[in-house]
Amino acid sequence: MASTLTISPSPHVRCGRSTQSIMLLVVVALVPAIVAATVVFGPRALLLVLFCALVSILTEFVCQKLMKKPVTITDGSALLTGVLLALNLPATLPLWEAAIGCIFAVAIVKQLFGGLGCNFANPAITGRVFLLLSFANDMTTWVKPFSYRDLNWFGIFSTSDQLVDGVTGATPLVSGDASLLDLFLGSVGGSLGETSAFALLIGGVFLLCLGVISWHTPVAYLGGLAVLELIYVLATGGELSDVLYALLSGGVILGAFFMATDYVTTPITGKGKLIFGLGCAVLTFVIREFANMPEGCSFSILLMNLLTPYIDRITKTKPLGAKPAERQAKNNG
Amino acid sequence: MNYGKEFTKGIIRENPTLVGLLGMCPTLAVTTGAFNGIGMGLSTMFVLICSNLVISLLRRVIPEQVKLPCYIVIIASFVTLIQFLVHGFVPSLYTSLGAFLELITVNCIILGRAEMFASKHNPLASVLDGAGMGLGFTLALFLMGSVREILGSGTWFGLTIPGMADHTMTLFVMPAGGFLVLGFVIAVVCALSKKKPPKQIGCASCPNAAGCSAKCEEADA
Repeated sequence: MASTLTISPSPHVRCGRSTQSIMLLVVVALVPAIVAATVVFGPRALLLVLFCALVSILTEFVCQKLMKKPVTITDGSALLTGVLLALNLPATLPLWEAAIGCIFAVAIVKQLFGGLGCNFANPAITGRVFLLLSFANDMTTWVKPFSYRDLNWFGIFSTSDQLVDGVTGATPLVSGDASLLDLFLGSVGGSLGETSAFALLIGGVFLLCLGVISWHTPVAYLGGLAVLELIYVLATGGELSDVLYALLSGGVILGAFFMATDYVTTPITGKGKLIFGLGCAVLTFVIREFANMPEGCSFSILLMNLLTPYIDRITKTKPLGAKPAERQAKNNG
Repeated sequence: MNYGKEFTKGIIRENPTLVGLLGMCPTLAVTTGAFNGIGMGLSTMFVLICSNLVISLLRRVIPEQVKLPCYIVIIASFVTLIQFLVHGFVPSLYTSLGAFLELITVNCIILGRAEMFASKHNPLASVLDGAGMGLGFTLALFLMGSVREILGSGTWFGLTIPGMADHTMTLFVMPAGGFLVLGFVIAVVCALSKKKPPKQIGCASCPNAAGCSAKCEEADA
């Protein structure tokens, strides 16, 4: 009789999802954004995404071979890191610089700290920040949307031809002259994934509906940023549409749905996720409006990644039915 | 006493910066270039040898109760000396090292060697110890300075490296790059000295220990 019963600790309810299926679902959710980037910036955007994915997977493979660990490149996490990083880069970035970013993200941020689940910060975000601080010039050179159409087949893939024809100095975040519709659909200059809010929202809603990500972080991040921008606009006497402009331009939508929802580097509980999202919103707002950098999305998520252990600590779920004294003891130890 | 060993131990096996993790402030701050690194290293080496010699000679004279002030006075005298020398003969180095030259006084490598070694050993051993430790410090700073200058500025000792100068990685001359390079140099030195990494990494030095739920150490104890 006893052998028919299975006695095991919680969790008792499992959804049957594996790391692999979650990673692949997120990659699928990014497909609309990749398509949008390819339409706006040309085939080189697609090339950059594929290249980054390939380099990331290769790096993971080489690291795990060198460290004599089981090779886990099929779990899709390196693929996702590569794709996410590529969406954070401008279309004209030289491939070798993108490769350095991928190697940094996977080898240093992820594998050196113990691989998937042990990294203290989001590898894609850290890779982007690394590239931004290293190659500030190349990372902030944006081409005009659709400029690739005037180029011949070879010109599309070489960076220098595009730069001659289509340099714009600033993203719409800085210049502030794009129409809201252009921002929504993505026909503006910028990183691959910060242009089309529409394509990103399709992917974000897809992930929300499947329950891969919870609503807490995106709502807290975008909502918090909207409220702060509204206060700022009211205080400085701008137009109300500036609030929408701030949400649609720059990388906040990509960040809120795909970067700030990473399982490893963000808090576990709903309350913790709300704090995380609000923290990102405050930091993004402060960096955008008061610091000497145009975009603070990646820095704010990176900083909040570092605070995640502390947020987890203050939002720890209390054991069900535990007495206050036990609770105290459990919380402390 | 094995005098050869007193000299060589500081270069890799007991390297003050890369194994002892002492003198982090100049290590991270002045190593944006190879020349600065060497200048800082040699200045520190000079002070270290001289202070080790004098402290070793006076080791039976200095009373136990006031030994730290005495050490500092001796060290500070030699720092003043090297400061005037650098100012007079290498003014460009003097400008780029700035306050860090004077701060050699409080470099914990020097006070550490005075307390740990020179106050207990004879003058010859102390001088060799200071020279070895100083050489290890200089080599570490030179290595870090070279890596950071080549990657961050595309130059080496101020000479432009063809092909590198157009593709510099600014991060490496920033403080964050200093920490990054330090980590890698330490890893290489650990590999060279065939030191095994600890099996169990303790929680004591982890900044997140308070918020961490794993509690590896307590579980083991």
